[in-house]
Amino acid sequence: MRTIRIGSGAGYSGDRIEPAIELAEKGEIQYLVFECLGERTVALAQQARMKNPESGYDPLLEERMRAVLPICAARGIRIVTNMGAANPEAAARKTAEIARSLGLSALKVAAVVGDDVIDACKDGDLGIMEFEGTVRQLGNRLLSANAYLGAEPMAQALTAGADIVITGRASDPALFLAPMIHAFGWSMDDWNLLGQGTVAGHLLECAGQITGGYFADPGYKDVPDLARLGFPIGEVGEDGDLVITKVPGSGGAVTARTCKEQLLYEVHDPTRYFQPDVVADFSQVKVEEIGPDRVRVSGGRGTKRTDTLKVSVGYVDGYIGEGQISYAGPGALARGRLALEIVRERLKLTGVAASEWRFELVGVDSLHGPDVSARANEPYEVRVRVAGRTESLREAVRIGNEVETLYTNGPAAGGGAWKSARDVVAVASVLLPRELARPQIRFVGA
Amino acid sequence: MKLRAIAHSRTGDKGNISNISVIAYDAKDYPVLREQVTAARVKAHFAGVVRGEVVRYELPSLHALNFVMDQALGGGVTRSLALDAHGKSLSSALLDLDISPPPGDKE
Repeated sequence: MRTIRIGSGAGYSGDRIEPAIELAEKGEIQYLVFECLGERTVALAQQARMKNPESGYDPLLEERMRAVLPICAARGIRIVTNMGAANPEAAARKTAEIARSLGLSALKVAAVVGDDVIDACKDGDLGIMEFEGTVRQLGNRLLSANAYLGAEPMAQALTAGADIVITGRASDPALFLAPMIHAFGWSMDDWNLLGQGTVAGHLLECAGQITGGYFADPGYKDVPDLARLGFPIGEVGEDGDLVITKVPGSGGAVTARTCKEQLLYEVHDPTRYFQPDVVADFSQVKVEEIGPDRVRVSGGRGTKRTDTLKVSVGYVDGYIGEGQISYAGPGALARGRLALEIVRERLKLTGVAASEWRFELVGVDSLHGPDVSARANEPYEVRVRVAGRTESLREAVRIGNEVETLYTNGPAAGGGAWKSARDVVAVASVLLPRELARPQIRFVGA
Repeated sequence: MKLRAIAHSRTGDKGNISNISVIAYDAKDYPVLREQVTAARVKAHFAGVVRGEVVRYELPSLHALNFVMDQALGGGVTRSLALDAHGKSLSSALLDLDISPPPGDKE
C-alpha cells in the first residue's frame, strides 16, 4: 500500500519555527504544511493590502521559507500553506524571489486565488450566522469576505507540478487533504475517504497541540520536554489508514489521550463536521497506541458535501478601551475592589459611553467571573482590569485614563498602571452558494 | 472527588461558541461521566459565563463527552472584552466539578 508522510510545521501564524526545520530534516516527510491563518487574520491582512498592494500575506512567510526551503528542495519535500492570507499571489512572488536568492530557481511556486468573495457576498446580501443582520447592512464597516476553499485547487496545483502551494483562506484540514488527494488520486465524491482524510487534517492542523502542547497538567498529564516540542507527522495510506507520530527524540508525546483531545478540539456535533469537501463524521473514530509516540486513528467517515461554502466576513466593530493597575500586600483585595468602585463611579460621572463593560480583578475573578471563581484565600496581589466597548477611539482612551489616574487619586499603593485603546476588527460568518467562489491556480516563475 | 481525577479536557472556540471535551482516563469511568456530567450541570457550573444553551454529544468509542456551549465567549475571540477571549481556560474550570464515586469504588 502506498503511504505518504505529511508534517505539520505550524499551528498558527506566530508558531515556533525550529520544529518545522526538524520535521524537514529528520521527519522523512514528503509534504510540509504550514497552517498560519487565524479567523481574523485575513481581514487584518486585507487592510494591509489596501495600503500596499504587495503586502497582505503572513508576516513570517519570509523567515519560514528561508528556514525550510533549502532543506525541502534538497529532499523533494513539497510545501502547502495558507500564508498567502489576503494576497496569495504576492506571497508566491515573494517565495519565488527567496528561492532565487537561495539558488533554488527550479522550485515551482503556485498561488491559489479566488477565496475573496466580497462582491458575491454584497450582491447576494447574505444573512450573518452569529447575529441578526446581513452583509449589506454592515455597509462601509465591511472589510473582507473570504470563502473557506476546499482541497481540490491545492491538489490540482500539486498535480500540475507545484513544489510550493500558497493559498489564502482555505479550510485548515483541506491543506492536509490536498496532498492525499494528489498522491492517491482519491475521488472527490468518496465521502468516507475524504472524511477519514479530514480526521487526519484536523488532528494535524494545530501542530504541537497533538504532540503534547496545550495538554500538560502536572501530576495528572505530564509531558516531557515542552521547550523542544516536536511537531506531528501523519502517515497516511491510500486506503485512509492513519498513524500520528513525531520525530524520534523530539520533545512532547503522541498518545491516545493527546489524539482524543485534539480530535474534539473546536468540534460541535461530531457526526457532522462541516468542511468544503465533505461533511466528516468523527463519531466512530477509534485511537490505538501501536508504539512509542505512534497512534493509529481509524473510523473517520463522511457524507456528501453541502451546496454552500462558509465565508469569514471581517468588519469594523468599534473600539475597546482598557486600563489595568496592581495592588499587593495586606489588604490588596480590598484596595482592588475599592479601585474598581472608584473607576466605575468616575466613568459614570464623566459620562464615558460604552455598550459593554468588564470590571474585574486579575488573579481573583477575571477569567470566569465572580460566580465560578469561589475564592478560597485572599491573594497576595491583585490586578484591577476595566475594559469597555465604545463607538469612538476618543471614548475608548478615557477608560484607560480613568484607571491610570488611580495612581494619585485612588487607593494606597497602586502600581504598574497600563492602558490601551484599539480598534476592533471582528469576524462573522455567512454561507455562500459554492458555485459563486471560483478558485484559480496561478504559477509564479522562480 | 473532582472530575479532574477521572477525566481530562480541552476547550475549543468557534465564533461565540465554546466546546469542551471531557474524556475519561479509564474506559470504566465513562458511564460515570455519562451519568453525572450532564448538560444541565455544565450549564449551572458556568452560570454567569455561558449565556446560551449547552448541548452534550456522546462519543462512546473515545469514552468522551463533548459539550457545546452557545453564547459563551463574550461575542467571540475577535471582539470579546475578556482577558481569555478564546475561553481556553474553561476546560480546567470544568474539571473542578464534584463527582460522586460510583458504588463499590474505593475512593
